[in-house]
Amino acid sequence: MSGNGASSSSLNMISGEDVVNNNFSALVVDDSPLLRLLHDIHLKKYGLKVQVAENGKVAVDLFHLGASFDLVLMDKEMPVMNGVEATKELRAMGVTSMIVGVTSKDGPGEQQAFMEAGLDYCFEKPLTPEIISFLLEELNKHHNKD
Amino acid sequence: MDVVNQLQRQFIDYSASLHREGFLDDQFTQLQKLQDDNSPDFVVEVASLFFEDCEKLINNMARALEQQQGVDFKQVDASVHQLKGSSSSIGAMRVKDVCIAFRSFCEAQNREGCLRCLQQVTHEYSLLKNKLQTLFRLQQQILAAGGSIPVVE
Repeated sequence: MSGNGASSSSLNMISGEDVVNNNFSALVVDDSPLLRLLHDIHLKKYGLKVQVAENGKVAVDLFHLGASFDLVLMDKEMPVMNGVEATKELRAMGVTSMIVGVTSKDGPGEQQAFMEAGLDYCFEKPLTPEIISFLLEELNKHHNKD
Repeated sequence: MDVVNQLQRQFIDYSASLHREGFLDDQFTQLQKLQDDNSPDFVVEVASLFFEDCEKLINNMARALEQQQGVDFKQVDASVHQLKGSSSSIGAMRVKDVCIAFRSFCEAQNREGCLRCLQQVTHEYSLLKNKLQTLFRLQQQILAAGGSIPVVE
Protein backbone atom coordinates (compact mmCIF):
# COMPACT_ATOMS: atom_id res chain seq x y z
CA MET A 1 0.00 0.00 0.00
CA SER A 2 1.26 3.47 -0.70
CA GLY A 3 -0.23 6.88 -0.08
CA ASN A 4 0.09 10.14 1.72
CA GLY A 5 0.26 9.34 5.40
CA ALA A 6 -1.47 5.99 4.95
CA SER A 7 -0.15 3.65 7.61
CA SER A 8 -1.50 0.50 9.23
CA SER A 9 -2.29 2.42 12.42
CA SER A 10 -4.71 4.68 10.57
CA LEU A 11 -6.57 1.77 9.02
CA ASN A 12 -9.20 1.71 11.77
CA MET A 13 -12.89 1.06 11.28
CA ILE A 14 -14.86 4.26 11.72
CA SER A 15 -18.21 4.15 13.48
CA GLY A 16 -21.23 2.67 11.70
CA GLU A 17 -22.94 6.06 11.82
CA ASP A 18 -20.05 7.80 10.08
CA VAL A 19 -20.04 5.11 7.46
CA VAL A 20 -23.70 5.34 6.48
CA ASN A 21 -24.42 9.06 7.04
CA ASN A 22 -22.34 10.64 4.32
CA ASN A 23 -23.13 12.57 1.15
CA PHE A 24 -20.04 11.44 -0.67
CA SER A 25 -20.10 10.49 -4.31
CA ALA A 26 -17.78 8.04 -6.04
CA LEU A 27 -16.81 7.14 -9.56
CA VAL A 28 -15.60 3.56 -10.17
CA VAL A 29 -13.39 3.40 -13.26
CA ASP A 30 -12.66 -0.16 -14.35
CA ASP A 31 -12.89 -2.11 -17.61
CA SER A 32 -13.98 -5.26 -15.77
CA PRO A 33 -17.78 -5.49 -15.30
CA LEU A 34 -17.12 -7.78 -12.34
CA LEU A 35 -14.90 -5.24 -10.56
CA ARG A 36 -17.31 -2.40 -11.39
CA LEU A 37 -20.19 -4.34 -9.79
CA LEU A 38 -18.13 -5.35 -6.80
CA HIS A 39 -16.86 -1.87 -5.98
CA ASP A 40 -20.27 -0.34 -6.79
CA ILE A 41 -22.07 -2.53 -4.24
CA HIS A 42 -19.27 -2.20 -1.74
CA LEU A 43 -19.27 1.60 -1.82
CA LYS A 44 -23.09 1.81 -1.81
CA LYS A 45 -23.09 -0.33 1.32
CA TYR A 46 -21.06 2.44 2.93
CA GLY A 47 -23.63 5.03 1.86
CA LEU A 48 -21.86 6.57 -1.13
CA LYS A 49 -23.64 7.53 -4.34
CA VAL A 50 -21.83 5.64 -7.07
CA GLN A 51 -21.39 5.95 -10.82
CA VAL A 52 -19.28 3.68 -12.99
CA ALA A 53 -17.12 4.17 -16.08
CA GLU A 54 -15.58 1.43 -18.21
CA ASN A 55 -12.32 3.24 -19.03
CA GLY A 56 -10.30 6.35 -18.35
CA LYS A 57 -11.71 8.28 -21.31
CA VAL A 58 -15.31 7.83 -20.12
CA ALA A 59 -14.20 9.08 -16.70
CA VAL A 60 -12.42 12.14 -18.12
CA ASP A 61 -15.42 12.92 -20.37
CA LEU A 62 -17.72 12.84 -17.32
CA PHE A 63 -15.61 15.49 -15.63
CA HIS A 64 -15.47 17.55 -18.88
CA LEU A 65 -19.28 17.49 -18.85
CA GLY A 66 -19.29 19.00 -15.39
CA ALA A 67 -19.70 15.94 -13.19
CA SER A 68 -17.84 15.91 -9.90
CA PHE A 69 -17.09 13.16 -7.44
CA ASP A 70 -15.53 13.13 -3.99
CA LEU A 71 -13.78 9.83 -4.68
CA VAL A 72 -12.51 8.22 -7.87
CA LEU A 73 -11.47 4.56 -7.83
CA MET A 74 -9.17 4.24 -10.82
CA ASP A 75 -8.10 0.91 -12.29
CA LYS A 76 -4.66 0.96 -13.86
CA GLU A 77 -4.89 -1.28 -16.92
CA MET A 78 -7.78 -0.29 -19.18
CA PRO A 79 -8.29 -0.03 -22.94
CA VAL A 80 -8.83 3.30 -24.75
CA MET A 81 -7.31 5.31 -21.86
CA ASN A 82 -5.55 3.66 -18.94
CA GLY A 83 -5.55 4.77 -15.33
CA VAL A 84 -2.20 6.55 -15.48
CA GLU A 85 -3.23 8.70 -18.47
CA ALA A 86 -6.69 9.37 -17.05
CA THR A 87 -5.26 10.45 -13.69
CA LYS A 88 -2.79 12.81 -15.38
CA GLU A 89 -5.59 14.33 -17.47
CA LEU A 90 -7.88 14.81 -14.50
CA ARG A 91 -5.16 16.54 -12.47
CA ALA A 92 -4.24 18.70 -15.49
CA MET A 93 -7.93 19.71 -15.66
CA GLY A 94 -7.69 20.85 -12.04
CA VAL A 95 -9.73 17.99 -10.57
CA THR A 96 -9.13 17.83 -6.80
CA SER A 97 -11.18 14.69 -6.06
CA MET A 98 -9.50 11.98 -4.04
CA ILE A 99 -8.19 9.62 -6.73
CA VAL A 100 -7.36 6.13 -5.50
CA GLY A 101 -5.52 3.76 -7.78
CA VAL A 102 -6.59 0.13 -7.73
CA THR A 103 -4.06 -2.32 -9.11
CA SER A 104 -3.30 -5.99 -9.38
CA LYS A 105 -0.29 -7.22 -7.48
CA ASP A 106 2.35 -5.72 -9.78
CA GLY A 107 5.90 -4.69 -9.05
CA PRO A 108 6.56 -1.59 -6.92
CA GLY A 109 7.85 0.27 -10.00
CA GLU A 110 4.43 0.09 -11.64
CA GLN A 111 2.64 1.41 -8.57
CA GLN A 112 5.15 4.25 -8.36
CA ALA A 113 4.43 5.39 -11.93
CA PHE A 114 0.74 5.35 -11.10
CA MET A 115 1.25 7.37 -7.90
CA GLU A 116 3.34 9.90 -9.80
CA ALA A 117 0.43 10.48 -12.19
CA GLY A 118 -1.34 12.19 -9.30
CA LEU A 119 -2.99 9.58 -7.12
CA ASP A 120 -3.76 10.19 -3.48
CA TYR A 121 -3.49 6.49 -2.63
CA CYS A 122 -2.87 3.22 -4.41
CA PHE A 123 -4.21 -0.14 -3.17
CA GLU A 124 -4.32 -3.66 -4.48
CA LYS A 125 -7.66 -4.87 -5.75
CA PRO A 126 -10.14 -5.73 -4.54
CA LEU A 127 -10.68 -3.11 -1.90
CA THR A 128 -11.45 -4.49 1.55
CA PRO A 129 -13.91 -3.09 4.11
CA GLU A 130 -10.94 -1.79 6.12
CA ILE A 131 -9.58 0.17 3.16
CA ILE A 132 -12.98 1.64 2.30
CA SER A 133 -13.43 2.70 5.95
CA PHE A 134 -10.01 4.33 5.85
CA LEU A 135 -10.88 6.21 2.64
CA LEU A 136 -14.16 7.43 4.16
CA GLU A 137 -12.27 8.65 7.18
CA GLU A 138 -9.89 10.59 4.94
CA LEU A 139 -12.83 12.04 2.97
CA ASN A 140 -14.43 13.14 6.24
CA LYS A 141 -11.20 14.86 7.30
CA HIS A 142 -10.96 16.78 4.01
CA HIS A 143 -14.65 17.64 4.14
CA ASN A 144 -14.37 19.01 7.66
CA LYS A 145 -11.36 21.12 6.71
CA ASP A 146 -13.28 22.91 3.86
CA MET B 1 -37.82 -26.15 10.70
CA ASP B 2 -35.92 -29.45 10.76
CA VAL B 3 -35.70 -29.33 6.94
CA VAL B 4 -34.32 -25.79 7.04
CA ASN B 5 -31.79 -26.73 9.74
CA GLN B 6 -30.62 -29.71 7.73
CA LEU B 7 -30.28 -27.65 4.55
CA GLN B 8 -28.41 -24.94 6.41
CA ARG B 9 -26.10 -27.55 7.91
CA GLN B 10 -25.44 -28.96 4.41
CA PHE B 11 -24.70 -25.44 3.15
CA ILE B 12 -22.29 -24.72 6.01
CA ASP B 13 -20.48 -28.03 5.56
CA TYR B 14 -20.25 -27.58 1.79
CA SER B 15 -18.98 -23.99 2.13
CA ALA B 16 -16.41 -25.12 4.68
CA SER B 17 -15.18 -27.85 2.33
CA LEU B 18 -14.76 -25.34 -0.51
CA HIS B 19 -12.57 -23.20 1.74
CA ARG B 20 -10.69 -26.19 3.15
CA GLU B 21 -9.92 -27.55 -0.31
CA GLY B 22 -8.66 -24.16 -1.46
CA PHE B 23 -11.36 -23.44 -4.03
CA LEU B 24 -12.44 -20.28 -2.22
CA ASP B 25 -10.71 -17.90 0.14
CA ASP B 26 -11.84 -15.19 2.52
CA GLN B 27 -12.64 -12.80 -0.34
CA PHE B 28 -15.68 -14.96 -1.16
CA THR B 29 -16.86 -14.64 2.44
CA GLN B 30 -16.54 -10.86 2.12
CA LEU B 31 -18.74 -10.97 -0.98
CA GLN B 32 -21.38 -12.98 0.89
CA LYS B 33 -21.37 -10.35 3.64
CA LEU B 34 -22.10 -7.64 1.06
CA GLN B 35 -25.31 -9.41 0.03
CA ASP B 36 -28.43 -8.04 1.70
CA ASP B 37 -32.08 -7.23 1.01
CA ASN B 38 -31.05 -4.36 -1.30
CA SER B 39 -28.84 -6.67 -3.38
CA PRO B 40 -30.20 -10.20 -2.72
CA ASP B 41 -28.64 -11.79 -5.81
CA PHE B 42 -25.30 -10.05 -5.54
CA VAL B 43 -23.12 -13.15 -5.12
CA VAL B 44 -24.83 -15.01 -7.96
CA GLU B 45 -24.45 -11.94 -10.21
CA VAL B 46 -20.76 -11.60 -9.39
CA ALA B 47 -20.24 -15.32 -9.98
CA SER B 48 -22.05 -15.11 -13.34
CA LEU B 49 -19.83 -12.24 -14.43
CA PHE B 50 -16.81 -14.24 -13.31
CA PHE B 51 -17.91 -17.27 -15.37
CA GLU B 52 -18.38 -15.03 -18.45
CA ASP B 53 -14.97 -13.45 -17.87
CA CYS B 54 -13.28 -16.85 -17.51
CA GLU B 55 -14.78 -18.27 -20.67
CA LYS B 56 -13.92 -15.21 -22.74
CA LEU B 57 -10.36 -14.97 -21.40
CA ILE B 58 -9.65 -18.70 -21.68
CA ASN B 59 -10.80 -18.58 -25.32
CA ASN B 60 -8.52 -15.56 -25.92
CA MET B 61 -5.55 -17.41 -24.41
CA ALA B 62 -6.25 -20.57 -26.44
CA ARG B 63 -6.49 -18.60 -29.70
CA ALA B 64 -3.29 -16.70 -28.97
CA LEU B 65 -1.38 -19.88 -28.09
CA GLU B 66 -2.60 -21.63 -31.25
CA GLN B 67 -0.91 -19.09 -33.55
CA GLN B 68 1.52 -20.97 -35.78
CA GLN B 69 3.33 -17.81 -36.95
CA GLY B 70 4.47 -17.03 -33.46
CA VAL B 71 2.75 -16.66 -30.12
CA ASP B 72 2.12 -13.12 -28.90
CA PHE B 73 3.02 -13.78 -25.26
CA LYS B 74 2.10 -10.22 -24.28
CA GLN B 75 -1.42 -10.86 -25.51
CA VAL B 76 -1.60 -14.13 -23.58
CA ASP B 77 -0.20 -12.42 -20.49
CA ALA B 78 -2.77 -9.63 -20.74
CA SER B 79 -5.60 -12.19 -20.62
CA VAL B 80 -3.96 -14.09 -17.76
CA HIS B 81 -3.49 -10.83 -15.87
CA GLN B 82 -7.20 -10.03 -16.24
CA LEU B 83 -8.20 -13.52 -15.16
CA LYS B 84 -5.93 -13.28 -12.15
CA GLY B 85 -7.63 -10.02 -11.20
CA SER B 86 -11.13 -11.45 -11.58
CA SER B 87 -10.36 -14.66 -9.73
CA SER B 88 -8.72 -12.72 -6.93
CA SER B 89 -11.78 -10.47 -6.63
CA ILE B 90 -14.22 -13.34 -6.25
CA GLY B 91 -11.95 -15.41 -3.99
CA ALA B 92 -11.26 -18.14 -6.56
CA MET B 93 -7.96 -19.11 -4.98
CA ARG B 94 -6.99 -22.13 -7.07
CA VAL B 95 -7.74 -20.34 -10.35
CA LYS B 96 -5.71 -17.36 -9.15
CA ASP B 97 -2.76 -19.58 -8.18
CA VAL B 98 -2.64 -21.15 -11.64
CA CYS B 99 -2.68 -17.65 -13.15
CA ILE B 100 0.40 -16.72 -11.10
CA ALA B 101 2.33 -19.67 -12.55
CA PHE B 102 0.88 -18.96 -15.98
CA ARG B 103 2.28 -15.41 -15.96
CA SER B 104 5.77 -16.73 -15.23
CA PHE B 105 5.59 -18.94 -18.32
CA CYS B 106 4.35 -15.99 -20.39
CA GLU B 107 7.29 -13.93 -19.18
CA ALA B 108 9.66 -16.76 -20.09
CA GLN B 109 7.88 -17.09 -23.47
CA ASN B 110 7.52 -20.79 -22.76
CA ARG B 111 4.72 -22.07 -25.02
CA GLU B 112 4.64 -25.58 -23.54
CA GLY B 113 4.43 -24.22 -20.03
CA CYS B 114 1.66 -21.85 -21.11
CA LEU B 115 -0.30 -24.67 -22.71
CA ARG B 116 -0.04 -26.74 -19.52
CA CYS B 117 -1.26 -23.80 -17.48
CA LEU B 118 -4.11 -23.20 -19.90
CA GLN B 119 -5.19 -26.80 -19.39
CA GLN B 120 -4.92 -26.40 -15.62
CA VAL B 121 -6.81 -23.13 -15.49
CA THR B 122 -9.58 -24.57 -17.66
CA HIS B 123 -9.82 -27.54 -15.32
CA GLU B 124 -9.85 -25.41 -12.16
CA TYR B 125 -12.45 -23.07 -13.61
CA SER B 126 -14.73 -26.01 -14.54
CA LEU B 127 -14.40 -27.50 -11.08
CA LEU B 128 -15.13 -24.19 -9.39
CA LYS B 129 -18.10 -23.43 -11.62
CA ASN B 130 -19.60 -26.78 -10.78
CA LYS B 131 -19.04 -26.31 -7.07
CA LEU B 132 -20.44 -22.78 -6.99
CA GLN B 133 -23.52 -23.89 -8.90
CA THR B 134 -24.02 -26.60 -6.27
CA LEU B 135 -23.60 -24.02 -3.52
CA PHE B 136 -26.15 -21.70 -5.13
CA ARG B 137 -28.60 -24.59 -5.53
CA LEU B 138 -28.32 -25.26 -1.80
CA GLN B 139 -28.98 -21.55 -1.19
CA GLN B 140 -32.11 -21.66 -3.31
CA GLN B 141 -33.32 -24.74 -1.43
CA ILE B 142 -32.85 -22.99 1.92
CA LEU B 143 -34.74 -19.90 0.74
CA ALA B 144 -37.51 -21.98 -0.81
CA ALA B 145 -37.91 -23.76 2.54
CA GLY B 146 -38.29 -20.41 4.30
CA GLY B 147 -34.83 -20.23 5.85
CA SER B 148 -31.99 -17.72 5.65
CA ILE B 149 -28.52 -18.23 4.23
CA PRO B 150 -25.88 -18.64 6.96
CA VAL B 151 -22.59 -16.76 6.45
CA VAL B 152 -19.69 -19.10 6.95
CA GLU B 153 -16.64 -17.37 8.48
